[in-house]
Amino acid sequence: MPDYLEQLRDAKARRAPQDMIRAIPYLDFLGVTVREEEGDLICVLPFQDKLVGNLTLPALHGGVIGSLLESVALLQLIWTLDNATLPRTINTSLDFLRTGQAKETYARGRITKQGRRVANVRAEAWQDGPSRPIAAAHGHFLLG
Amino acid sequence: MPNPVTAGSPEPAIALDIIKQFGGEIPFLKALSTTVDFLDRGRCGLSVPWGENLVGDASTGTVHGGVITTLLDSASGMAVFSVIPRLMQIATLDLRIDYLRPGAPHIDIKAEADCYRISKNVAFVRGRAFQDGDREIASSLATFMLDSSSL
Repeated sequence: MPDYLEQLRDAKARRAPQDMIRAIPYLDFLGVTVREEEGDLICVLPFQDKLVGNLTLPALHGGVIGSLLESVALLQLIWTLDNATLPRTINTSLDFLRTGQAKETYARGRITKQGRRVANVRAEAWQDGPSRPIAAAHGHFLLG
Repeated sequence: MPNPVTAGSPEPAIALDIIKQFGGEIPFLKALSTTVDFLDRGRCGLSVPWGENLVGDASTGTVHGGVITTLLDSASGMAVFSVIPRLMQIATLDLRIDYLRPGAPHIDIKAEADCYRISKNVAFVRGRAFQDGDREIASSLATFMLDSSSL
């Protein structure tokens, strides 16, 4: 399906990051939205009952938070780099810092190092402001 | 082979059926149509059927890494529940995942976790995700804080 990459390139060209998400079915399933702030992408995950992993607290599933962090890292790479292919995740390391409460969650990724074949990205997720992160991640991504 | 975590432990444990039931009620696992394949003392296996809505790369049909993260986190957490002496809150401290190869489309994704060490405060878990018998797609290491409601 070559038109898939075309769709991403087109979204970039039009500076419409939300259209990249429409090309990624799982992010649509989670309900992730994205906006650009001075070249940085901010992913927003509105709360939904289906995202809960702990009914007692209640709290977001750790896998949901991990999904958001990996996604924002990948989207930031696609947004920043001019590559013919999609970056592929080599590994991720997730630190869970605070409970992900039943409310809207934000995430941002910063490219720490970009080499020829691999990039290192750090990402953070928060709810009550970026100074109180609920989770942090770093990952390595294979570039096309 | 006896599980090194529970062998000779004088502590009682939570009934496995209760943990399975508890796991079956988690909304996000339900949303992914997760099934508990097995649960033993220290070990847990989960699977998720491949679905169009789980795809991360529409050009290949590979599931998003976040699906694998979810499965490994949950399988690891349930493995911890199977060896702690009583019901308590636990919290994932960290989860490190290596993506060994892309997942193939249209095939169930399975995850297995093994809680290989538990101390008074912390549990250590290894995990793997695979398809089609033993085609490994990811491996993981996780640590969990026990009784995290009293942090």
